[in-house]
Amino acid sequence: MAERELMYREALREAIDEEMGLNPSVFIIGEGIAERGGSYKVTEGLLAKYGPKRVRDTPIAEAGMIGVGVGAAIAGARPIVEILYVDFAMLGMDMIVNQAAKFRLMTGGDGRVPFIMRTQGGTGGGVAAQHSQSLEALFYHIPGLRVVMPSTPADAKGLLKYALRQDDPVMFLEHKHLYMTKGMVPDGEHIVEFGKGDIKRVGTDVTVIAWSNMIPRTLEAAEELARQGISVEVIDPRTLVPLDREMIVNSVLKTRRCVIVQEANRRGGVASDIASIVQEECFYEMDAPVEIVAGMDIPVPFNLTLEKASVPQKDDVVAAVRRSLHLDPFAEAAE
Amino acid sequence: MGAAAQGKNAPSREFLEKIFRTAYKIRVFETEGIKLYRQGLIRGYFHPYLGQEGIATGACAALSEGDYIASTHRGHGHCIAWGADVKKMVAELLQKETGYCKGYGGSMHIADISVGNLGANGIVGAGTPLGVGAALANQVNGSDAVTVTFSTDGASNNGTFLESLNLAAIWNLNFILLVENNGYAVSTRIEESTRDTDLYKRGLAIGVESHQVDGNDPFAVYEVMKQAVETCRAGKGPVLIEAKTYRHMGHHVNDPGKYMPEDELAYYKQRDPVDRARAALKEMADVSDEDIAAIEAEIAAEFADAVEFSKNSPEVTPESFREFAVGY
Repeated sequence: MAERELMYREALREAIDEEMGLNPSVFIIGEGIAERGGSYKVTEGLLAKYGPKRVRDTPIAEAGMIGVGVGAAIAGARPIVEILYVDFAMLGMDMIVNQAAKFRLMTGGDGRVPFIMRTQGGTGGGVAAQHSQSLEALFYHIPGLRVVMPSTPADAKGLLKYALRQDDPVMFLEHKHLYMTKGMVPDGEHIVEFGKGDIKRVGTDVTVIAWSNMIPRTLEAAEELARQGISVEVIDPRTLVPLDREMIVNSVLKTRRCVIVQEANRRGGVASDIASIVQEECFYEMDAPVEIVAGMDIPVPFNLTLEKASVPQKDDVVAAVRRSLHLDPFAEAAE
Repeated sequence: MGAAAQGKNAPSREFLEKIFRTAYKIRVFETEGIKLYRQGLIRGYFHPYLGQEGIATGACAALSEGDYIASTHRGHGHCIAWGADVKKMVAELLQKETGYCKGYGGSMHIADISVGNLGANGIVGAGTPLGVGAALANQVNGSDAVTVTFSTDGASNNGTFLESLNLAAIWNLNFILLVENNGYAVSTRIEESTRDTDLYKRGLAIGVESHQVDGNDPFAVYEVMKQAVETCRAGKGPVLIEAKTYRHMGHHVNDPGKYMPEDELAYYKQRDPVDRARAALKEMADVSDEDIAAIEAEIAAEFADAVEFSKNSPEVTPESFREFAVGY
């Protein structure tokens, strides 16, 4: 199929644009998203095309915005609420955790909440502790939510289009470092179903599971490891809920080794839960313990050197892969 | 009886009877429900709407099919006034599969989105943004439906109260925030929660048309709501209405409400909304005591039927629950 190169943010815009064109009940609200086109320019041009009823700026009132989005979804619309930073979504946690995630069960299955919160997280080069968090584990923990973390433009577009056609609340977590990254996106209707991981690199020696901005970093590590004669398979679950357990388990059964990379701090993280799944399903077939490469259990500091030290870097992934092969983690790097 | 009911356009018997039936049905539901609770048939929380019946009754009478409501933890009255099936309500409280939520929700979560009931809510104040959201959805979809959120004095000090009403205001949504000011946030008196206890002023402060009404007078509530609905449908919403009222007992069934001063309670019991609805029916429509007794008996029988129905209904099985859980 024909494809074009797009930036991550352009791919997201295409998804919103196409779905708004197809479904008049899709609309988007957020801070500075209308006239200004959003802080990351994802919504640029949508106001002109779809008008002020469906593309609205909001006051700085995250609990209200998120709650209004959830209410609109319950009433049958398909709202996208853009929250500038995932850190700010914390102001709306009641609406996410106690309302959006609960409504379907509390109504015995009749009530659905096709609410999408688009936001972004992760370290971004000196934006400090309240603008740098990776908070997917909070949402991952709450039954009833879908947690989506695209790493490429194609996945961003396909997953957002799918999100706008399914009926559960979606935490659509983008990464501030990915908006300007480029990748090939298939022409025409491109949809990526939830719960289907993607093998970003095929390999035979070690399985590395990563998502969001840790995918490009892991692919760089895999490239370096390939030069060392080590074949790494890189798996991107793309959606953490639902999680493609089958793809993860099959890959680990093949390579017998597993490394999980997350930018979020380690304690209580998604990586730990995936590790528990892997040990449960693959323990007797494995040749090494599961390795987790994660952020430090501390808020992200402002100082750039310290910020970098607080989250996984390429060398951390390389070292973990080598450890899982019982190799000196730093031998090659020292050469 | 309310002054509004004595005006030149005297209300019809049909209307007066409808108001009385609704208010009385809520009264029966709550008093009989409390008995079931005491018998151990209803578990969990049960927040009676006793004393506040006039608000849901008057408000819902001013709404039309296609409109939306959002309710509170004290939500039985709104549900009944909105026309809910008492059988399905009782079945829900008795944890049965035939209940509104198949027993998954309970007293604080009865909702019926098929008729625009966004549901009761266990989180105080949460209905406000949800209601504004429904109003926004209706505006986006080109509908002139009105959404009413029944809120409370307790919720008025929560941040979402201002955030949501402000969003409704900047977008001119068909939204009515009906604040039932019963003077207590659980056991904390309103004087301890806020400096100015006239909550309608909160709306004025952000440019929202706001009114204060006697919540124990269903006819007065109806009149102010009717105007508010017209304001909204004319594209001039939102509207805030503060309805002053009082609970007839504590916060929930197991709260004796000892903190409520006896003289204050007595004052409000003399202004009982159900008595007022009954008196209006009797005096303004010349309905006899016998006919009123017949209506009351009919409503009591409907509740008794609902209890029988619920007792004989099955519960969701753990097997079926596990199927439901797949994909969560």
